[in-house]
Amino acid sequence: MSEVLVVVEATAEFGVKKVTLEMLTLARELGSPSAVVLGGAGAAEALAGKLGEYGAEKIYAAEGDEIDGYLVAPKATVVADLVKRVQPAAVLLASSQEGKEIAARLAVKLDNGILTDVVGLAADGTATQVAFAGSTIVKSKVTRGLPLVTVRPNSVNPTPAAATAAVEQLTVAVTDSDKLAKVVDRVAEQKGSRPELTEAGVVVSGGRGVGNADNFKLVEELADLLGGAVGASRAAVDSGFYPHQFQVGQTGKTVSPQLYIALGISGAIQHRAGMQTSKTIVAVNKDGEAPIFELADFGVVGDLFKIVPQAAEEIRKRK
Amino acid sequence: MNIVVLVKQVPDSGADRNLRTDDNTVDRGSANNVINEMDEYAIEEALKIKEAHGGEVTILTMGPDRATESIRKALSMGPDKAVHVVDDALHGSCAVATSKVLAAALGQLNADLVLCGSESTDGRVQVMPHMLAERLGIAALTGARKLTVDGATLTVERQTEEGYEVVTASTPAIVSVWDTINEPRYPSFKGIMAAKKKPVQTLSLADLGVAANEVGFDGATSAVVEHSKRPPRSGGVKVTDEGSGGTQLVEFLATEKFV
Repeated sequence: MSEVLVVVEATAEFGVKKVTLEMLTLARELGSPSAVVLGGAGAAEALAGKLGEYGAEKIYAAEGDEIDGYLVAPKATVVADLVKRVQPAAVLLASSQEGKEIAARLAVKLDNGILTDVVGLAADGTATQVAFAGSTIVKSKVTRGLPLVTVRPNSVNPTPAAATAAVEQLTVAVTDSDKLAKVVDRVAEQKGSRPELTEAGVVVSGGRGVGNADNFKLVEELADLLGGAVGASRAAVDSGFYPHQFQVGQTGKTVSPQLYIALGISGAIQHRAGMQTSKTIVAVNKDGEAPIFELADFGVVGDLFKIVPQAAEEIRKRK
Repeated sequence: MNIVVLVKQVPDSGADRNLRTDDNTVDRGSANNVINEMDEYAIEEALKIKEAHGGEVTILTMGPDRATESIRKALSMGPDKAVHVVDDALHGSCAVATSKVLAAALGQLNADLVLCGSESTDGRVQVMPHMLAERLGIAALTGARKLTVDGATLTVERQTEEGYEVVTASTPAIVSVWDTINEPRYPSFKGIMAAKKKPVQTLSLADLGVAANEVGFDGATSAVVEHSKRPPRSGGVKVTDEGSGGTQLVEFLATEKFV
């Protein structure tokens, strides 16, 4: 069976990201999954256990400052060389900024088609994508080269399938032109134990109706009780209630959790674009005509400052 | 500094958007067409750099004839001139082919700095800056929320999931920006009038030395097989809070097994 390359997405804080496990699950339908770890020294060693648990039969590792110290280009060079050598059946990357960027360079280097924001992939290479703020479902195919796709988080249910993954260290042969954009510092801003927004199973978001930054504590409290991440509408971010990296919408993150709770969000197209493929949607808004209720599986019309504390109390009671 | 800003005309994301049923491309006829919102931030950043360091700002657009409206709109913010790559053979081009055409155009423009939005609101594909950097052999600093120019050295703060990265490169380089980087200016009446007289050069594929069969449907590296509208969500329940709205909400969560 042909290899399917899965370019691993991981963070120091959370280890292997869920989208990587989803990609390994998808890859098993297409061939024999090989994980590709691109990072600092020792990165593969730390991730090998988890990758094997989800079916990686081989792990290719390219590690060190030459990989980690520059933006994207060295990673693309390493993966392109690997693709030429092993002739995989497909290459899967995460549909994150970096995943898309590596894929972009691979597409040019290999003169190969590319499909982004893929939520499903059939054995014949036909990919399912959602377009236009989740309003359109598209089936597409790479017609030149191998299926080179980026997979959107929360697209498939990751299932374990134990394999013993042997690690192969790759020779890192990058050129000067791969080292033009140098990373001189990495600064962590997102603190705390909440799951990452795009990967979270539950997202609780606040909008203009939350009123001010201090009141976002209510949103955070409900998120924490449900083990979820916190999001914010553009209106809330523009008003300075919550930091930009938590913005959900057309000009922010796209999320697709099992449960999305919108608090004080009217549901403008800008916001719907980032959340309307969520499995279950709950909304609280004082305006009964707000468009968010068109999407909601369960909506409560009323004052969120009464409803949310009562809901929080009720969840505590049931725990 | 010679700055080129990539501007894409897209269907208004606030309106109903569709793919065409005949050839599966983006329907640009029925929706309002506007400048990709994120590109306005790139234009603003270019103008600020010009104001601080001098130089010239050129808009580069690839698109059909009607993209001229968006080019004039972009020029009304203050850039000096524009280049419009327009050719019937471009219809149906994939991202890989588009990057080939834009790279050829950039090759004629001698930019120190290429600026663009981090993504377009229609495709949201985010691949163009790195595709162009790969073709041109220049640095790509992507996802910037802050850009500093110091002589030939560019430094950006790149937004990441965990925080941000500080990334540097020398010119020539391409920088893509998020909407957190600045607040785009509104065109003044004077700017709108001046834009009508600013030079807009049109370039065809022949002018760029790109063969017609390398672009459009013939040169596409991927294809849409079929598409359909997602069915609207229905069957939702809406209650009005009469004192127990929070409890009812949790009861719903419990039936769905979230609590």
